[in-house]
Amino acid sequence: MATTTKKKLVQWDPTDVKAELLKKYPPKVARKRAKQIMINEALENETPEIMANVRTIPGIITMRGCTYAGCKGVIMGPTRDIVNITHGPIGCGFYSWLTRRNQTDAGPDGENYMTYCFSTDMQDQDIIFGGEKKLRKAVREAYDLFHPKSIAIFATCPVGLIGDDIHAVAAQMKEEFGDCNVYAFSCEGYKGVSQSAGHHIANNQVFRHLVGLNDEEKPGKFKINLLGEYNIGGDGFEIDRILKKCGITNISTFSGNSTYDQFCSAHTADLNCVMCHRSINYVADMMEEKFGIPWIKVNFIGAEATAKSLRKIAEYFGDKKLIDTVEKVIAEEMPAVAAVAEDVKSRTAGKTAMLFVGGSRAHHYQELFTEMGMKTISAGYEFAHRDDYEGRQVIPSLVLDADSRNIEELEVEADPTRFKPRKSAKDLEKLEKAGFQFKHYDGLNPDMDKGTLIIDDLNQYEAEKLVELMQPDIFCAGIKEKFSIQKLGVPMKQLHSYDSGGPYAGFKGAINFYQEIDRLVGSKVWSYMKAPWQENPQLSGTYVWE
Amino acid sequence: MRKVAIYGKGGIGKSTTTQNTVAGLVEMGRKVMVVGCDPKADSTRLLLGGLAQKSVLDTLREEGEDVELDDIRKEGYGGTLCVESGGPEPGVGCAGRGIITSINMLESLGAYEESVGLDYAFYDVLGDVVCGGFAMPIRDGKAEEIYIVCSGEMMAMYAANNISKGIVKFAQSGNVRLGGLICNSRNVDNEKEMIEEFAKKLGTQMIYFVPRHNDVQRAEINRKTVIEWKPDAEQADEYRGLAKAIDGNKMFVVPTPLAIEELEKLLMDYGLMN
Repeated sequence: MATTTKKKLVQWDPTDVKAELLKKYPPKVARKRAKQIMINEALENETPEIMANVRTIPGIITMRGCTYAGCKGVIMGPTRDIVNITHGPIGCGFYSWLTRRNQTDAGPDGENYMTYCFSTDMQDQDIIFGGEKKLRKAVREAYDLFHPKSIAIFATCPVGLIGDDIHAVAAQMKEEFGDCNVYAFSCEGYKGVSQSAGHHIANNQVFRHLVGLNDEEKPGKFKINLLGEYNIGGDGFEIDRILKKCGITNISTFSGNSTYDQFCSAHTADLNCVMCHRSINYVADMMEEKFGIPWIKVNFIGAEATAKSLRKIAEYFGDKKLIDTVEKVIAEEMPAVAAVAEDVKSRTAGKTAMLFVGGSRAHHYQELFTEMGMKTISAGYEFAHRDDYEGRQVIPSLVLDADSRNIEELEVEADPTRFKPRKSAKDLEKLEKAGFQFKHYDGLNPDMDKGTLIIDDLNQYEAEKLVELMQPDIFCAGIKEKFSIQKLGVPMKQLHSYDSGGPYAGFKGAINFYQEIDRLVGSKVWSYMKAPWQENPQLSGTYVWE
Repeated sequence: MRKVAIYGKGGIGKSTTTQNTVAGLVEMGRKVMVVGCDPKADSTRLLLGGLAQKSVLDTLREEGEDVELDDIRKEGYGGTLCVESGGPEPGVGCAGRGIITSINMLESLGAYEESVGLDYAFYDVLGDVVCGGFAMPIRDGKAEEIYIVCSGEMMAMYAANNISKGIVKFAQSGNVRLGGLICNSRNVDNEKEMIEEFAKKLGTQMIYFVPRHNDVQRAEINRKTVIEWKPDAEQADEYRGLAKAIDGNKMFVVPTPLAIEELEKLLMDYGLMN
């Protein structure tokens, strides 16, 4: 029969794959790309360094997004009670509106502007004569209609070109209103080499204009902030459920389902837990410097990783009761997870995956695949920097290029009244001696097998080539890659927006993920990619009377 | 119809020279439209007897889509048709984008149609070619001949050389050509010889040497061109001469801009001659 799936027999050598990927490029392009494609040695510090966070070569169809998308769409998009106004032509506002499936719970106050799309809708006339007047009008209109606590203004490319002073408008409107915090982001799409620049611009302004404004003591014994968790597909809700069950109070999430007040109160937490290292590690550093809050790296993607992260938080607080509760919660949640894992493993074990997504997801999701007995044969980030691949120890040796210098670094010092060390030097030393690691992230490379391919800023051409050569059972990236990969007959899972699935974080999320991936890699639909006459050109038939 | 753009360093006298020359062409019986491409909207002041024109962009902003040619085009001295593109106040918005919008508007309203019977359309463009918008008049065949107003001062020649680079760029994709340099004298030493040599090196000609005369200033105070204000003045004859030279010009070239060292050398050679 023509429709039966052929058994795949793929033999590949990473060096050959790399050579094949580079073969089509002109020499100069090939030289640059060669530095961004690395064959992993899986031994600490023996891998050559990878080139990351550099400009994409013009002509290459990159997977990256723009700075505006990183600022408005990713970081500020999931804030629910801040009115986010895009100053620019309507397309920028429309296409960054809820495209990331940011979920929200309007809470008791009911304030939720996420379902609105605010834009100044700039026209030719506004470009010629300047758009400040229109922006001022838009901010006032939003204020009059909703009386929000806060209004954020985002610059698009043309705004930067014509030089509208959005910060002056913001300051002026803030003063005029008195009860509404207005601030602006110079996040023109062309700034920086990827959306990572937009994350930085967004976080800097949140830190400058919001964090530290509300000193009111929040109830709770074990108070943390969750940094770099964006509540895609409801991930944040699942994490919050687990934290609550353990008795841990989440003061603020940066920025999934976040509120203005959460940001303003963030400095009252006693520990910062960093999920996505790339998009927010500098905020954790600044909060430590200014308020004395230590930070640790956590990961709630993967059931084992979730358990490990919870234990780490409990160990930090060092409270016997908390440690016991965490163990109890893990013991309660794990059996259901293990049962599903066991079931899907009979079908998924030995299958292969590729992950090219984000600045942390290409790393975190490997946990889930490992739990299903699947192997990640190639992975890489869209917009990460070298430390996200090689670990934080390389930070001192990072070369600051002109593109990075173009993105502001805030100078931070201890707050005269709000700085408060959370642990005594002795306690910290004791924790560290016991193997507890603060400000620590080893990056993606050590967690990948020897001989796997790690590729930064993968592009359309290389993605298709890679799939063709290595034949993975599943490919994970974003919407731009979805259909080109599926046309090659390989199932594709979006890990920016989860297609229509999720949550995938925490314990329940892990179950969702196992089931979703089991369904995708076990699907027979891909065997129908070829029409019968493409498989068997000679069709024979008989007349009915024969 | 001949479509002419006048470029040159800021303050060199582009608007004054254009309007006085246009007056000369009008005397010769030519039908001329002047399009001012300067946000200040002062390119037709002498022809209209004051800043009486409502700019295309202001009209567009106030009237919306419903703009008619008569709203933005006014008749001036000797039947010249005057249009001011206009633009934002200094320091805001994008004047270059404004010029693009304004010229497109003129085209769609039919300002260049045969029925208007124009012999010439003159574009008086702000300063140096600073961005894409200001290059609009020499793009896509909007203007086909360029005259650069300059003097023997270094910065004016430097700007002229730079504008030539812009012309080369657009000449490759269109039919814009350099018609010559107009020397608007600043009484610099060996000015005429130096500009003649400079023009030769650019592959073009010095089409006219306009001597400095205070009558130009006096006519400006009276909001008139020299020809209208004092038809028998010596300076009026100079502008008539320039108008005639342009009317009879047959030399249109793709210029060969100079390297900076070459330009500096030219200045040294002529400037230190005495």
